[in-house]
Amino acid sequence: MPSRIYIQSAIPDARSGVKKDYFNSLGLRIRVKSVSLADCYVIDKELNGEQLKKAGQLLANPLTETAAEKLCAPENFHLAVEIGFLPGVTDNVGGTARETLDDGLKIKFAPAENVYSSRVFFIAFEKKPGAEDMEKIKMSLFNPLIERAAVKLSVDFKKDGGMDLVIPKVKLEAKAEVVEVNLELSDRELEALGKLGIENKDGTRRGPLSLSLDYLKAIKKYFDEQGRKPTDVELETLAQTWSEHCKHTIFADPMDELERGIYKTYIKGATEAIRKKKGKKDFCVSVFTDNSGAIAFDENYLITHKVETHNTPSALDPFGGSVTGIVGVNRDCLGFGLGAKPVINVYGFCLADPEDGTELFRDKEKKQKMLSARRIMEGVVAGINAGGNQSGIPTNLGFIYFDPRFRGKPLVFAGTVGIIPRQIKGRSSHIKKSKPGDLIVTAGGRIGADGIHGATFSSESLDTHSPATAVQIGDPITQKKMSDALVKEARDLGLYSSITDCGAGGLSSAVGEMAEATGGCIVNLEKAPLKYPGLAPWQIWISESQERMVLSVPEKNWPALRSLLENRGVEAAVIGKFTDSGKASVEFGEETVLDLEMDFLHNGRPIKSQTTKKPDDLVTQNLALTQWKKIEGARTQPLLKKDYSKDILNLISKLNICGFEFITRQYDHEVQAGSVLKPLAGRGRINAQATVTRPVLSSKKGVVLSSDLYPALSELDPYKMAATSIDGAIRAAVATGADIDNLALLDNFCWSSSDDPERLWQLKEAARACYDFATAYGAPFISGKDSMFNDFKGFSADGKPIKISIPPTLLISAIGVIPDAYRAISLDAKAAGDYIYVLGDTDGGMGGSEYLAMLGLGLDPGLAEKIGKVPGVDPNKNYQLYKLFYQAVQKNLIASAISISRGGLASALVKTLAGGGFGGDVSLKELPGNWKENYQALFSESNGRILATVDKKKAAEFEKAMVNTTCFRIGRVGKNSDIKISDKKNKIISRITAVGALKAYKNPLKDF
Amino acid sequence: MTKPKVIIFSGYGLNCEEETAYAFNLASGKAEIVHINDLVAGRKKLKNYEILAVPGGFSYGDDTGSGKAYANKLKNHLKEELNGFVLKDKLIIGICNGFQILTQTGLLPGALAANKNARYLDRWVDLKITGESPWLKGIKSLSLPIAHGEGKYFADKNILAGLKKENSIALKYVKGEICDYQDLEANPNGAMEDIAGITGYGGRVFGLMPHPERGMFFHHSPDWPVEKEKLIRAGKQLPESGPGMQVFKNAIEYFS
Repeated sequence: MPSRIYIQSAIPDARSGVKKDYFNSLGLRIRVKSVSLADCYVIDKELNGEQLKKAGQLLANPLTETAAEKLCAPENFHLAVEIGFLPGVTDNVGGTARETLDDGLKIKFAPAENVYSSRVFFIAFEKKPGAEDMEKIKMSLFNPLIERAAVKLSVDFKKDGGMDLVIPKVKLEAKAEVVEVNLELSDRELEALGKLGIENKDGTRRGPLSLSLDYLKAIKKYFDEQGRKPTDVELETLAQTWSEHCKHTIFADPMDELERGIYKTYIKGATEAIRKKKGKKDFCVSVFTDNSGAIAFDENYLITHKVETHNTPSALDPFGGSVTGIVGVNRDCLGFGLGAKPVINVYGFCLADPEDGTELFRDKEKKQKMLSARRIMEGVVAGINAGGNQSGIPTNLGFIYFDPRFRGKPLVFAGTVGIIPRQIKGRSSHIKKSKPGDLIVTAGGRIGADGIHGATFSSESLDTHSPATAVQIGDPITQKKMSDALVKEARDLGLYSSITDCGAGGLSSAVGEMAEATGGCIVNLEKAPLKYPGLAPWQIWISESQERMVLSVPEKNWPALRSLLENRGVEAAVIGKFTDSGKASVEFGEETVLDLEMDFLHNGRPIKSQTTKKPDDLVTQNLALTQWKKIEGARTQPLLKKDYSKDILNLISKLNICGFEFITRQYDHEVQAGSVLKPLAGRGRINAQATVTRPVLSSKKGVVLSSDLYPALSELDPYKMAATSIDGAIRAAVATGADIDNLALLDNFCWSSSDDPERLWQLKEAARACYDFATAYGAPFISGKDSMFNDFKGFSADGKPIKISIPPTLLISAIGVIPDAYRAISLDAKAAGDYIYVLGDTDGGMGGSEYLAMLGLGLDPGLAEKIGKVPGVDPNKNYQLYKLFYQAVQKNLIASAISISRGGLASALVKTLAGGGFGGDVSLKELPGNWKENYQALFSESNGRILATVDKKKAAEFEKAMVNTTCFRIGRVGKNSDIKISDKKNKIISRITAVGALKAYKNPLKDF
Repeated sequence: MTKPKVIIFSGYGLNCEEETAYAFNLASGKAEIVHINDLVAGRKKLKNYEILAVPGGFSYGDDTGSGKAYANKLKNHLKEELNGFVLKDKLIIGICNGFQILTQTGLLPGALAANKNARYLDRWVDLKITGESPWLKGIKSLSLPIAHGEGKYFADKNILAGLKKENSIALKYVKGEICDYQDLEANPNGAMEDIAGITGYGGRVFGLMPHPERGMFFHHSPDWPVEKEKLIRAGKQLPESGPGMQVFKNAIEYFS
């Protein structure tokens, strides 16, 4: 008999009050008066009365909680809602409870026995609520893709004596069979197979293979030559291995005249050219070949970096998508070389305004509703919170960027910096090599049906057919245990010869990639640890269940490794051997379920020639769905004003400029004790564009991180968009004290409709800029990732088909090492009387600026033409400036510095002054550059500019240090709170206070 | 002089063991990080150490309540060893999750409940020293960071009266330098009577929500760039240590 234990708070519970406020923010007709909650554990195992009592004691804090087998409802409530997980969804709380009972009661849970957690909310309204209100509350509490909700009115609750018992046990028909797939099909049927997946016996489909017709034909030819049909395992494996997600086909394959494709020509090509030019000063150690890229930290350590995206899963389950995004990229760090230790997490979200009420549906019948913009934001923010905080990795640098075109698919960026000794047991740590005869060992989590088809479905746009099983919930603690055991212990004992992470494509990708080193493998899937019985071989092989690493272990080391992992509570199993047979073989028990030549598996994919087309008018085409519709009315907005005070305050309240402290504060950014410049700077708690960390506590060296993106420019000029992103990321790092000669870059291309030649043209332009500007700055790319189909295809509230494509987005991340972290410069002004300088020329181009967007003129190409185009980047001039700036920093000449970016000079000025708690007097008179009107000087986002404050006693030395660059004094830091700006005619055009500006800066997101 | 030996627990999601060990070593201790399972299996013995630190972290992901599952493990397997340790003239510190664990094991009274806004929070706080403890010798006030989701100290009337009688309320959140600098409220989580840390066993067992190891360097404080600029302008050297370092030094000096 299963039993239930309810844990309820015996003291006032903060969670209840917070929930109540949340419900009342949903726009209910009747307000919620009170909320109380209970945590429920369903123990699916026979326990006697004594054991149950002890179980309650183990699960409740005697001082603050009560444990009971009966749910104790409050005296008055209208509604009880129980939220639990669907069968098979990772239930971390249930898992911990099970472990607690197992250890505390000294009982063993059989594989089929388990503990399941759920939570009951009792809700009392001010008066009897209507059905609509109750539905709103229920829907706000759960995500139907992963969770279940049971609702009872108080009368039913009382009548039934509580909530109904639900045991969310996975029940799979035990049909662990392998089927052959017939490819003797018409082209149309083949296309359906590629798009919808292998047909089950009942006529349903398994989910997308994302194999195009020419791929399927190549597969058919291979098997025709073999004289047999492929098994489902083989077809699924090829689909994973050849997917855009894994092989990056769009970047790899020829494009127009570029026979080597844009990746080899522009991205890798840039790095090769830079390394050659740097010669002995080359700091790259491992680029593009491993799970992360690595550069030199010092003579003893390497520092690694990798940024990933987890977009499609986050659209469906924002929390799960985001938590697996961050713990997933942590594994890219653990999977670098012999295993790097994660030391910093970074994040970024591209979202729609949380107030955006657009309703979207995945199906015509409007049964599958997409989550609201607000839910997506809350979910992705909470996901990084859970994943980063629980893993003990400081999450410091991050950004949030809003555009209505992210309503269909949000972008979730997650990155991890790692540290690894250069030498481990006499081996170079960045070189790994599995050897024939090595055991294939999986460590960490178990395999379930979760995360099936993640890789193939990321290679498609999001629509009705996107499988719900493609999302997983992370289990950060299982990964933390594994991570500690591997990179803090097993690695340094030299117990394994190679390691990689089990991510997209699951075992099929991880084992397949490692087997390339030896030239073959033989695996038996029956040996793989499963979460529950009944999984078919193809599912075991491609499942993307989280928290797993694959190791290559010399047979003699296995006993030692096994015992170490066991002692650390980490599950591991031998599932096969690496061979040099030239074949990938997979068995399930006695049966061979996959038998492919390694060469075909990895190189059999047909190469596609891609053709691009310069668009005629992409801008108007792609704007139909957005708020930019307002353009017409906004044309009359006057740009020439006598007073810009209000505009400045409004601008720093824009979502893309304002503070997002609610995120920064809920992410632990100080764990590991390396924090030097934190993500919130100064008295004013301004969100910084760059952070500095000391990853090795015994070394003074610091790691500078920054990033930038400019989706607002993509449709106007994708080449300049990429150039601006690169200059922005570099400039933010330089302003913080980084050396331009010691910066590496990472690229994350997130595109939409990448089979459209016009989108490909934009892509090619952006990639070309990557080459041009990376080489001009001498900043090599060391790692990257792309995500090519960020389109939503579904239905609007009125049932009409709708497609929302993200604006092409390139996130550039910069990483650099500085010799002395104490030289880092924060953005806040330090003292009244200091001089304020603008370094670099101000270009009057306003195209794509936040100011125009605020006035509703953002993407009007005609207008952009009239009032100045998209500003360009002059890398040679900027390089000189950045180099001299670094030297000035080393001489302690700079008191504060900030990169002038979104919102232009006005925004940078406000952040600097209000950030330090000062006012200031500033004049635009003779401000160098080609600007004409005041609004250009204030709000142009032209590149290559830094705003700095300098002790006036050091002004002469500073100006001398910046010789032959544009270094112009615009004013001084003031004692009181007044910030005054005057124009070239000495007229005051803005008068605001630091206090007021700070309020405006913090206001928009303060209630989240 | 032989250096006092410090054992720092690890495993199951504790995650501040390395920097805590670094702080003790910097204070001239001899720190060793020991996985809890090595104690459970008897490969390591608690009695061989002078100082026990239960560091911060996220043991068991806070599932079933912060510190609860780890404390259950300690109670199930190491109860006698812990009792033996605490009765000797030795020192114990529980930082953040470590504090939660110490209260869940019963080594310190009271409990840590969900923050008043039910959300994880990372920020700096100002602290007034209100109790007596070897850990806090010579310290009057401190500024340190907190980072937790369940840090609201709770005690019933009896416990509270006992703490007061024993002079065991060690740290209280107050409005000080950092709150003034960043315009923050004093009590970050709604803790009863602003309690940030308490002691037991005559001050030898110390539990606190703030992280002294995250305040061990000068560059840890949020206002260090301002202080740096002042020092540079005054022609002075930058210090290396931050306010948290004295806590670790005190512990080591206790044995000298």
